[in-house]
Amino acid sequence: MSTELLHRIQFALTVSFHFIFPPLSLGVGLVLIIFGFKSVRTNDPKWRQLSTFWVKIYGLIFSMGIATGIVQEFEFGTNWSIYSRFVGNIFGSLLAAEGIFAFMLEGGFLGLMLFGGSRLGNRLWLFATTMVVAGATFSATWIVMANSWMQTPQGYEIKDVGQGPQAFMTSFREVVFTPSFIPRILHLLAASWMVGTSMVLSVGAYYLLKKRHVDLARTMIRVALPLFTVLAILQVGVFGANQAIEVSKQQPAKLAAMEGVYATRSCAPMYILGWTDQRTESTSGIAVPCLLSFLTDQNFDATVTGLDETPSSDWPEVNLVFQMYHLMINLGMLFVLIGLVACGLWVWGRRLWENRWMLRALVASVILTEIATLSGWWTAEFGRQPWIVWNVLRTDGAESPNVGNGQLIFSITMFLVLYALVFYVFLRLLDSKIKEGPPPPTDEQEIESLPDSFGEIFRRRSRASSGSD
Amino acid sequence: MSLELIWYALYVIIIAGYAILDGFDLGVGMLSLFVAHTDTERRLILNSIGPVWDGNEVWLVLGGGALFAAFPLVYASLFSGFYLAMMLVLLVLILRTVAIEFRSKRENQRWRSFWDWVFAVSSFGITILLGVALGNVIRGVALDQNGVMNVSLAGLLNPFSLAVAVTGATMFAVHGGIFLSQKVEGALLDRITSLVPRLMITFFILMTGLIGWTLLRTEDFAQNYRDRPWIAVFPVLAFLAASIAWRQIRKAKYFKAFLASATMILALLSAVAAGLYPVMIPSSTDVAYNLTVQNASAADETLMIMLIFAIIGMPFVLLYTGGVYYFFRGRVQLDDESY
Repeated sequence: MSTELLHRIQFALTVSFHFIFPPLSLGVGLVLIIFGFKSVRTNDPKWRQLSTFWVKIYGLIFSMGIATGIVQEFEFGTNWSIYSRFVGNIFGSLLAAEGIFAFMLEGGFLGLMLFGGSRLGNRLWLFATTMVVAGATFSATWIVMANSWMQTPQGYEIKDVGQGPQAFMTSFREVVFTPSFIPRILHLLAASWMVGTSMVLSVGAYYLLKKRHVDLARTMIRVALPLFTVLAILQVGVFGANQAIEVSKQQPAKLAAMEGVYATRSCAPMYILGWTDQRTESTSGIAVPCLLSFLTDQNFDATVTGLDETPSSDWPEVNLVFQMYHLMINLGMLFVLIGLVACGLWVWGRRLWENRWMLRALVASVILTEIATLSGWWTAEFGRQPWIVWNVLRTDGAESPNVGNGQLIFSITMFLVLYALVFYVFLRLLDSKIKEGPPPPTDEQEIESLPDSFGEIFRRRSRASSGSD
Repeated sequence: MSLELIWYALYVIIIAGYAILDGFDLGVGMLSLFVAHTDTERRLILNSIGPVWDGNEVWLVLGGGALFAAFPLVYASLFSGFYLAMMLVLLVLILRTVAIEFRSKRENQRWRSFWDWVFAVSSFGITILLGVALGNVIRGVALDQNGVMNVSLAGLLNPFSLAVAVTGATMFAVHGGIFLSQKVEGALLDRITSLVPRLMITFFILMTGLIGWTLLRTEDFAQNYRDRPWIAVFPVLAFLAASIAWRQIRKAKYFKAFLASATMILALLSAVAAGLYPVMIPSSTDVAYNLTVQNASAADETLMIMLIFAIIGMPFVLLYTGGVYYFFRGRVQLDDESY
């Protein structure tokens, strides 16, 4: 096995595991803001109960995201030192900006958010939560920005000033707003919010199936289901489609791999299910004729660039990209279906609360949205191969020259064992948190006695400290 | 003043920020097994850092990102050169995070004492590994003309670097002990306050010895101090701050002692940075291969944009970091949301 492949396996393993958590915290965070907002607006204690319950789950997810995220930042240097030298001027600065603007915001307010339930009034708690979620959203933005530069690089020039070629920034604006950035961040945020809302749906449906915490469970579903359904429709109809158009323009070889288009053609079909054969360079399966042409150019006769316009040494793993892409698309369609049927059952006759099949589907939905999000990311990243920076720097040769197979086998084994252990414990704890359920409602007077503005915090504290010292 | 020099200085501040902030919670982790005996005591210790530890760890992430952006060649050479050590750093970082998060989630005694051990050992491990890395940077590593470093894990564990690591661990233990003294009370407080002065004396002896060793064994380092005598202000400040910390500990004024100890950490790291400058990683192969502030830095355009980011971002960071510490100050009380 080549050293480059081992480096790729390690990076794919660690980044995929990491990528389970950020979408969850972005999405659950959004729901927490809604709970907090309702808590401020109405005086119904159930919103504070829901906040307290979900903040605990959020904390668990968030700490997993932090723990696995540091790995990613280190791995560019440890495993891809040639790449790091090459892109440091550009990619590094976006990563550092993430550190300053996003992580610091999250890290600063996370303590207040997680420990706020017994210390803060509704408004301040909502403020802390909003700051953490804003930080997480900035973080996603900077990372997608950096990754988009790898997909569609611009605003740079290549010079060799000593230790090999390096990319130097010529326009910061162009580096930030690469053509793929806006479509990709919208697609990713919508996906993350779907993962988070489906997590809430999943827990709510589980309680309904078990006939526990029925009122709170219905509230969870009432908040999450409309959001999930609207996002699912937008994702398929707007954000996802928009991204496919962008890929067809900027990375035609990637789009050709996603749909298995070997020969350039007009009236290109879009597959529902299929298989590409690398040897015969053909794709077979169930397809809708001319749909791909229509989606990329709003014209059934439009020409779609095939893989034949790219040298085969520059092709990605066609079938892998094809399968990942179709897994995502088909799950996306399924989410629209689940969302619409569940909304239908809810609106007409209130049958959703008793429909065991639908509730079971909702319980499973979070696993499916995670799979869809991950397969979408894999489509983007495997589709970029064999380039680490699209059409500029090849992945093979960008790895650290001084890291041998033995070291890699050690580190891959270490991550496998560590992540398996950590994931097992994470799932057990998540399970026990969910089984434990929401806390009983807090006494209203107790909540009212908590500080609910910055002024109050300072006044109280100074009084308390002057009393005790 | 050049942008490179500004970023070198800012980088030292970020590293010092990490050492001061995460330094005390790593120290708390190292001390936890020794000073806390009952479950409640261990929870008090854990919750003393509960709301702030991850904010502290973010400084490490910031350090990684800033190094990548401002000195990409140092980032690439250092991280790939120290591959196995870095992997072990990641291992202990993850284990420590999950230990803090998982420990109190179950009542089971064996579960809790297992994660208590993981917490303490990983806190110690992070400190030792980072100390070893710093030691090797001061000492010089085998860099070739392409900035590729060839050194084994065993090669990193040389006596000098281990001495740096042990001294650093003692320093964090003292720093963490001072922090804890403001956070707990009763018998636990008594145990900590009787341990801290002893640790402080040990640290003082180790530190003095290490400074002597550094000046004797690294010629360039000593030469820099002879050429630029004014940089001696940093080690002098460190000694001054250390003696103030000592006095405040004796007077049981732990907040002042903490500030003095933080100043000492900043001064010590500045003393190292000033002794190395303009070299960032000395090459033991050939001085021509040294990675310096000039030849390893990013281009001025990138450094300028980053500086603007830092000027906009850092005041906010300091403001809300300060705010969180202010809000959670005072002695720890356990409640439903505690770890």
